[in-house]
Formats: sequence, C-alpha cells, structure tokens
Amino acid sequence: MAQKTLIEAVTDALHHEMAQDDRVVVFGEDVGRKGGVFGATAGLQEAYGTERCFDTPLSECGIIGTAVGMAVYGMRPVAEIQFLDFIYPAFDQIVSEAAKMRYRSGGEYTCPLVIRSPYGGGIRGGHYHSQSSEAYFCHTPGLKVVVPSTPADTKGLLIASIRDEDPVMFLEPKRSYRSLKGEVPEGEHYVPLGVGRVAREGTDVTVVAYGAMVPIVEKAAEKAAELGKSVEIIDPRTLVPLDEELILESVRKTGRCVVVYEAPKTCGFGAEIAAIVAEKAIGHLEGPVVRVAGFDTPFPYSLEHLYMPDVRRVLKGIQRTFEW
Amino acid sequence: MTASREAQPQPQPAAGQPGRGQMLSVLREDGSIVASRDPKLPLEKLLELYETMVLVREFDRRMLVLQRQGRIGFYGPILGQEAATVGSVAALEARDWIFPALREGAAAMMRGLPLHVAIAQLIGNDLDRCKGRQMPCHYTYREGHYYGMSSVIGTQISHAVGAAMAAKLRRDDVVVAGYLGDGATSASDFHAGMNFAAVFKAPCVLICQNNQWAISVPLSMQSASETLAAKADAYGMPSLRVDGNDILAVYVATREAADRARRGEGPTFLELVTYRRLGHSSSDDPSRYRDESEVAAWEQRDPVERLRRHLESRGAWDGDREQELQDRIALAVNDAIRTAEAGSPPAPETLISDVFAETPRQLHEQLRDALDDR
Repeated sequence: MAQKTLIEAVTDALHHEMAQDDRVVVFGEDVGRKGGVFGATAGLQEAYGTERCFDTPLSECGIIGTAVGMAVYGMRPVAEIQFLDFIYPAFDQIVSEAAKMRYRSGGEYTCPLVIRSPYGGGIRGGHYHSQSSEAYFCHTPGLKVVVPSTPADTKGLLIASIRDEDPVMFLEPKRSYRSLKGEVPEGEHYVPLGVGRVAREGTDVTVVAYGAMVPIVEKAAEKAAELGKSVEIIDPRTLVPLDEELILESVRKTGRCVVVYEAPKTCGFGAEIAAIVAEKAIGHLEGPVVRVAGFDTPFPYSLEHLYMPDVRRVLKGIQRTFEW
Repeated sequence: MTASREAQPQPQPAAGQPGRGQMLSVLREDGSIVASRDPKLPLEKLLELYETMVLVREFDRRMLVLQRQGRIGFYGPILGQEAATVGSVAALEARDWIFPALREGAAAMMRGLPLHVAIAQLIGNDLDRCKGRQMPCHYTYREGHYYGMSSVIGTQISHAVGAAMAAKLRRDDVVVAGYLGDGATSASDFHAGMNFAAVFKAPCVLICQNNQWAISVPLSMQSASETLAAKADAYGMPSLRVDGNDILAVYVATREAADRARRGEGPTFLELVTYRRLGHSSSDDPSRYRDESEVAAWEQRDPVERLRRHLESRGAWDGDREQELQDRIALAVNDAIRTAEAGSPPAPETLISDVFAETPRQLHEQLRDALDDR
C-alpha cells in the first residue's frame, strides 16, 4: 500500500472510476487544465480528454444544473464546487432538483450525481473559505452526505459515492488535504456508504466526530488517556444515511457522549446525534451529551483558533460528561 | 436561422401586446399560407396537428371543470397556447428529449402518456406515475423522454442543457427541447443555462413561450429588453421570434433549430409570442390585474381556429367532421376521467419509498411510528 495524502486519495478515486466507467465525467471551475485549485483533479484531463474532464463557466447553479441534466440522461457526473462556501447559488438546484428527482418522478428519473467540495476551517480562509455547512444538506431528504476523515476512507467512500444511485454531497476536509497522510489501498477500494467506523476503541466516554475533527479528537484522546480516561472515537463517515447503531452501541458501553463538529453549534449535525442518543440510549447515560462545536457566529478570520474546536476544548467537553 | 422574417408593423409594446420586433409567420390569420415558407406538410399531418390541438383544448377545459367541482385540487390551463406546444413537439423526433415548464403537459400526451394516467396525476392517486407525490400538472413520462417539471421557475433550463451535453458526449443522435416562460428569462438559471448551452454547443432548442404574463406581472415589468429573442445575442446564440399562435411557424422554426442542433451547430433560442388567455392557474383571477379587452384581442388570434380555417379552405374540414371529432374527444376524455377516478389513494409505503434507491432504516422507523396498526 502506498502512503498518500488525503487529496491524492481524491485524485486516485477519480482516476479509478473514470478509467472503469466512461459515464463518469468530472467538471467545475478550474478543474480541467489547472487540475483544480487544490489539485484534486490533476492529470485527469490529460488522461481522459477534454470531453470527460472540463472547465466550466463560473456559475455554481450552472454547474449543478447541467450536472443534474447529465445525471438524468444517464451519465455519472462528478461536479466540483471550489469551496463549500460558494455552493449557495446552486443550493436550489441541489435541494429542490437533485434531491427530489427520484421521489417526485415516482422513481422514473434518478440523479446519480456527486458534488465534491472542500469544506471547513483551520486554513486561514476567513468567512468565505472555511464554512462547514453540512447540516443544510443533511436536512434535505434525498441527499446523501459523506465526510471522510482519512486518505483511505476518502478513496473508498468517493468510489462508493460515484457508484451510488442517488445524489451525494462529498465534503472533503480541506484542512486535512495535505496535512494527513496514510496508507491507501491500490486499485479497487470500496467503503460502503452508511457504515461508520470505530476510530479508536475505549471504555469511558464516546466521542463522535467526522472529517477534520477526527484528528483533533484523536490527539485529545491521547491526552485523556494520560489523565486516565479511555476515549472511544466513532467516525460515522456518512452523515446521511447515518450508522446510528454504531454510535448507540458505543454509548451503551461507555455511558457518556461528546459530539464534536466545527459548524455553528445551533442546529448543527452534532445536535441530531445528541438527540438520537437522548431518544434511544438515555437509560445508559451517566452524564449529559455534550456538544463541542463552532460558534453561532459567521466564521472569523483572526480568531479562527478560538472558533474551531481544538484539543483543549474537546478535553473540556469530555470532562463535563464526568462532572455532571 | 435561415428563415426570413415577416415584418409586422408594431406600435410601442403595451402590456399583453406582442411587442416590438419581427416575428416569423407562416400561417396567416385568414388561414392562407405564406408560400415561400410553407413546410409543405402532408394533409394527414396537418389534420393530426389540428386534432391534437382540439384534444388539448378540450382536455384543458374539462380539467378546469373538474377543478371547479373539487375533483382535482389545482390546474394550470393553456388556453390560447396550444400551437406553441403542439407545433414544437411535432417538429421533434420521438427520440428527442423534452424538458417542460408548466404549460407543456400536452407534450407528454403527444408522446404517448395515456389520458387517464395524466388525469390520475392531477388527482394524485395510485394510478399516477408520480405516486401522488406532486401537485397537479407535474406529469412524468420517461418512455416518451418527457421529463417532470419543477415548480421552481427556470431550473429545468440547465437540466435540458446538461442532458444535451450528455447526448453530445455519448454521440447520441438526440436533440433536447427545453421549455420556459417569459418570467423564467429573469431567473439566474436562465442565464446559466443559456451560457452553458452556447459555450458547450449543446444540441438543444430552448423554447420560450412568451405568453405576456407571469402570474400578474406583464412582460413590460419582466424585462426592458426589446424582445426576449434578443437576449440570445449576448450569449452568442442564434434566436428567432416566432408567432406562437401560428402552428406552422412554430413547426418550421423548431424543425430548423433542431436540425441545426443535430448537425452539431449548437443551440437555438426561440421566442414563441403567444398569450395566456386564462389565469395563471385555477387559483388565479386575472381580472384583478389586466384588462379584459386585451384578452378579447388575443381571442381574435386563436391558434386552433387559424388552422381550421386553413383546412376548411382546402376542403379538408367541415362542420360534420368537426362534430365527429368533438364527439370522439368527449368520449375519450370521459372514459379517461372515469378510469382515473377509479384509482385509490397511494399506499402509505409510498411516503417513504423513492427517497433513495434503498429506503434507509430510519424512514421505516418513522413510518412505523406514525401508523397505529403496526
């Protein structure tokens, strides 16, 4: 197995799927000749030609609107939105069109489309290059929402997303693009959607985290271990559909639950996880379900380090479940 | 486009008037044909077009009655716009795709959607192909390459363009017709769709039914552009302004545009100038915002009567044939209503199916929680 960065895993998955299925087309702003502003689509145009990997005019609603038409026609479009912060002009196309296609047509038309987009803070991107707006999409029936946290999962989940019969929001933790390196299987590597993973086994407290928060929580778990607390980390990998049972199983075992997400706290996806735990595992809880999250403010520039959940805040959250 | 345009003296556009700019015209108001532009359709084809328009009109009238009687919840009538849909769809090949807006439901029926299934859609019962999930007029008919419309105005334009891009990529001999109304030309999706279509030379025809009104907003408040066709210029796309109540002009223009697309020469924008004689929908009362004299003026330009005059002048139509046709259509619509109304409410399970290819466990749980008997 080769060591790859998370972004190299994205490229690897795209290569793999474009090579084995000629219905797969990749497009968006700057994805062709330049290979993407982060380099995720580097080399695809050279390998598969300008018809299957191409630059589009600068219009998010046009990118997604045409991607919907292509998917309906029978292609497997993989559209890139350069930053998740730029996706809102396409919001209607995603939530009212792509997401509703199968349902509104009684199953006659489907929309097997992948929308890839880098999300999240920690890169000094300010308000327009840092948002973590997964909750909007999780709140929309008909969309699958995938957030990988490791290079291997990035490849396996992206391959699964491209083969999926429904529209998938594939949110890439851009903070981890190059900072995270790991073993990535060569060739075929399929990680099914809707199946979470235990990122670290533990016995005292469950911490649920996804995407760029997983490496932070892993560091926090090391610290907690030094303080005598055994942390189990659950990485759901797919927010919709959610592997509820994996989370509940862990909470039933540990009796404590912290949810970490970098989006604004109110109505964030972590709130949904907290609600599921309260609804289905309250008898096992020995303390409150604690959310460690971003602030209910626009994403800041200079004070980003305070806004983002970090090791210290995760440890504080863990501590609170014991002090109740 | 190579079709020459017939100059029509136009005053300054007022609300509800065709507006400035020349329009392609083939079938004159008196039923005679401009010889140089005659598509020379066989008589059987002309009769078929006429019968289809009459059927569409009667279907429309009956569905409004059903709505008034409370048998369907809503209806978006097309009275006065029959030629625009029937003429353009007739100019396409059966393999070509249709991305409709609100007033192109007749296209689904022209492609083979049985009348009773269309009515079942309006009712929303288990005979409906959408499984009763949508408000009336959201037909879907995949076998006929008829796409289901969205209520959000203009979103289908870029879908049509995307489908055309896909057809080109697959080397399929398929042209895509994307329909929109005058109101949609203000939407951001119009801009995106037009731009992508032209940049990628997508094999499509974008057909705007300019019926002068977007609910209560007249064209003069919708756009300061001299014509809607002119908007295509800025995208580098050829366009043509067409008398939308002239079924032969609509046919000729669509045919030429589709041929162009098929030859790999890219998209065309057509502005079909017509008029919405009734309200936006069964929920709308146009007397609150427009002058009835305007409607009366457009009644004089009726598309169905115009073709009938032509057929009569050729000795191909008369009162007896008209009566026979009306009787035949009334019978067919009555039968279709009866069959459609025999349907049942959709099964509770259809609430949760088709959200995804595989229904997640959570949805089964939600349905179980909502129902008493399980």
